[in-house]
Amino acid sequence: MKKLLIPALLSALLAACSSAPIDENAGAPVEGRSGNTAVAPVVAGDLDASGLPRTLTDPASPLSKRSIFFDLDSYEVRGEYQDVVANHAKFLVANRGFKVLLQGNTDERGSREYNLSLGQKRADAVKRSLVLLGAQDAQIESVSLGEEKPRADGHDDASWSQNRRADILYRAADGRGEF
Amino acid sequence: MIMNPMSQISRRIFLLLTLLTASVAQAQLSIEITGAGANRIPVVIADFPGEPTVSRIVTATVRADLERSGLFRMVDPAGALLDENAVIDHADWKGRGADALVAGSLARSPDGRLEARFRLYDTQRGVALGGAVYVTNNTQLRAAGHRIADFVYEKLTGERGVFSTRIAYVLKSGGRYLLQIADADGQGAATALTSTEPIISPAWSPDGSKLAYVSFEKKKPMVYVHSLASGQRQIVANFRGSNSAPAWSPDGRRLAVVLSKDGNSQLYAVNADGSGVQRLAQSSGIDTEPRFAPDGNSIYFTSDRGGSPQIYRIDIGGGAAQRVSFEGNYNVSPRPSPDGKSLAFITRREGRFQLAVMDLASRQVQILTDSHKDESPSFAPNSRMILIATEVGGRGILSAVSSDGRIKQRLTVTAGDVREPAWGPFLQ
Repeated sequence: MKKLLIPALLSALLAACSSAPIDENAGAPVEGRSGNTAVAPVVAGDLDASGLPRTLTDPASPLSKRSIFFDLDSYEVRGEYQDVVANHAKFLVANRGFKVLLQGNTDERGSREYNLSLGQKRADAVKRSLVLLGAQDAQIESVSLGEEKPRADGHDDASWSQNRRADILYRAADGRGEF
Repeated sequence: MIMNPMSQISRRIFLLLTLLTASVAQAQLSIEITGAGANRIPVVIADFPGEPTVSRIVTATVRADLERSGLFRMVDPAGALLDENAVIDHADWKGRGADALVAGSLARSPDGRLEARFRLYDTQRGVALGGAVYVTNNTQLRAAGHRIADFVYEKLTGERGVFSTRIAYVLKSGGRYLLQIADADGQGAATALTSTEPIISPAWSPDGSKLAYVSFEKKKPMVYVHSLASGQRQIVANFRGSNSAPAWSPDGRRLAVVLSKDGNSQLYAVNADGSGVQRLAQSSGIDTEPRFAPDGNSIYFTSDRGGSPQIYRIDIGGGAAQRVSFEGNYNVSPRPSPDGKSLAFITRREGRFQLAVMDLASRQVQILTDSHKDESPSFAPNSRMILIATEVGGRGILSAVSSDGRIKQRLTVTAGDVREPAWGPFLQ
């Protein structure tokens, strides 16, 4: 029993350490162009298996929405995803120690390398939106998986629309997380 | 058990890199010829005296190679056993329809090695066209056969043969990605790398000892250089953002790569060890898929700077990019031929992605396939055949098409999807 308890205690301690919003950039001016940086700090006493606060992964939390879908041949964040992007921007502003990896994706049609570049454009578009809303450039890396990691394996419009996508992955200041 | 040299190398790479052997051994490419040249040269390969099992492997390899090229037609030797010094009845062979004849032998030396001797004859003129001795052993019998086939091919066509070359491709099977190296006939496949994440864009170093490729094993694309004999790998481009599309300079010292570190996908060059990054071109859109022209002085690439993806060319020394492709609104994956005369690429016509080749002097474009999902063209080092990935029945396969479109071969693997082919350089 004791053996089982110790790791549990340790992770609770670690959780306590990483739960407070960590400001790696203390003293640095915080950009607040959105005018809405008054976000309640996240108290992440409750971490999930990947070491992230549950507010990022709990299906009931808006921050669990991590995908932005794109139209065919388009690299613009559609209006319906502005809230998704804004929620993540708020989190990043309030939690400067957190980092995100934006993975852009495309459907399967066409050259793999050209699609890799198109996926990069999608990830870059999401990054620009996050930065405009106050997230810092250093918190965000935008990369592309091109057509290589489809969410839907079909060869039809329905599958392709699922695969024209950018995903947001998180990493906490302690290095734990999704990438 | 008969093995070729790649199998030996593969064993070592296996031990270093992977624990998966059983499934890979089944992943052999099989070749089907779906088209041949109009005027094939009739050739007879006589049976070679020597240990029958050993001789048969060599002669069967020579026959299969020449037949597969689409340029030769095999005449039945009817059991004729002729060594390289046998007296040849040219009129008789001519009468049986053979324009050329190969005779030879396999002799074992005291140290256990094998000497494959052969001579090629022109039965029309009744003269010997030359011969050679290749020292081999039991594990390299097919390699000796490929070299004899290369000799015959070169004497009779005037071009170098590619039977001794190797190809690389990615096999996706059971959720795994295997970077495989095989002989040009698809035999002797060995796995250089096994990964649970995608591998794309393999590119052979000019000396054939290394492959550069893009691996996603670290959640993002990075460019690796992988020494095949040792299994040693080095990350040569891991900048912020995506790193992709490696292409070797002809001298093997530099790699053109595509990096998104400064925004859009843009062209850069790095040294083969990843140092000395330098920007090659600048645009406000996407620049990708660089390939050096064989003289090393210019680079062909894909760019959407004009609104749709098209092929452009820039001089290494700088200057404006020149647009190369004009027909259609989707022309990608440019590959200049090793002889510098033509450019293979993928064009989208009515929603179908097809292999096309452009004569660089006349700018004439010919579409070589009637398929719908061609990708990743790769020239044989003698510029005669182009290897592509395509799809048949929903499965990824490889296809080799002659640059005039007449000869077609299909390479399939029963165990999974084959994609991302790259034809290696001439054997050095």
